[in-house]
Amino acid sequence: MVQLTLPKNSRITTGKTWPKPEGAKKVRKFQIYRWNPDDGKNPQLDTYFVDMDSCGPMVLDALIKIKNEIDPTLTFRRSCREGICGSCAMNIDGINTLACIYGMDEIIGDVKIYPLPHMPVVKDLIPDLTHFYAQHASIMPWLETKTNRPAKEWKQSIEDRKKLDGLYECVMCASCSTSCPSYWWNGDRYLGPAALLHAYRWIIDSRDEATGERLDELEDPFKLYRCHTIMNCAKTCPKGLNPAKAIAEIKKMMVDRSI
Amino acid sequence: MADVNRGNRPLSPHIMIYRPQMTSVSSIMVRFSGLGVFAVAILIVWWLLAASTSESGFVAIDGFLRSGFGDILLTVATWALWYHTLGRLRHVLWDFGYCLDVKVAEKLGLGMFIGATLLTVITVLVV
Repeated sequence: MVQLTLPKNSRITTGKTWPKPEGAKKVRKFQIYRWNPDDGKNPQLDTYFVDMDSCGPMVLDALIKIKNEIDPTLTFRRSCREGICGSCAMNIDGINTLACIYGMDEIIGDVKIYPLPHMPVVKDLIPDLTHFYAQHASIMPWLETKTNRPAKEWKQSIEDRKKLDGLYECVMCASCSTSCPSYWWNGDRYLGPAALLHAYRWIIDSRDEATGERLDELEDPFKLYRCHTIMNCAKTCPKGLNPAKAIAEIKKMMVDRSI
Repeated sequence: MADVNRGNRPLSPHIMIYRPQMTSVSSIMVRFSGLGVFAVAILIVWWLLAASTSESGFVAIDGFLRSGFGDILLTVATWALWYHTLGRLRHVLWDFGYCLDVKVAEKLGLGMFIGATLLTVITVLVV
């Protein structure tokens, strides 16, 4: 259901303004979403000032600097710092991306950081991705085969392997699904761009032998057809992938097999 | 599907903090223009019904539609009709699997705004 306002417990209040670093020349202002499950208060927007002369170039560098030097309670996920683990996905400057590969020079003015949109918040910038992962699991993200196992590996031609390019690179950061208005309003039943991109990745895998079953599973007014080609997913994907295109290909296969 | 135990967890902000994109704005405008066209179509049907049933009723609705406000309303509705038509044509292209790259889709979105405006000006000049 379309719900344009936040529930009462989710409305954001003005938070604490942390002191500016002393003697710093190049200071940048950060406004960061905070919510602590233990203090019973509503979420708030805290203001931090970071000395850019002693900070790395990426948004994640600034977050780590804030956590190390200003406020150790600031909570966020991060791991690889090079855009391959997908942990540090968050809403930065109004779009979803990975903090570790988003440069601060790409942002004009103050840096606003929120958790991924329209998700239950565990703490600060950490969203609860349980449902998102369950949706991924529901599309059977593995090779399904019926024929006898070959003596060695399941072989694939170079051309068939090429069909997986632009799909296998997905790191499951959830940026796309949480940028999608359809997923905001119907995320309980609509699978969302990430899960559908993965569904397509297995549907067009030449080695997979469950294409029909996979399409049957997706033939549903909500699971697949809540995609209205809004394309925020493709626009925001930090890996430059295009879930909208993958979903359109699934829809085409649905038509193809029914005529 | 397993449901998430949300407890008292707040919902993170969404439409209020997400920067408007050409992709999303051109998409939602297709929906809005469709609704607008539907509302004005009811007025037109009312106008036709009144013409065939009662003279005083027709004079009232005809006067409204021919007033300055009626002109503005019908011009906006013309824009909405053109925009919606172009938007649906874009969906036809997409359904055949064309123009799904972000840059192309954004250009088409901008083209829908410009195209609808041009076609409205032409329509107003012709009518």
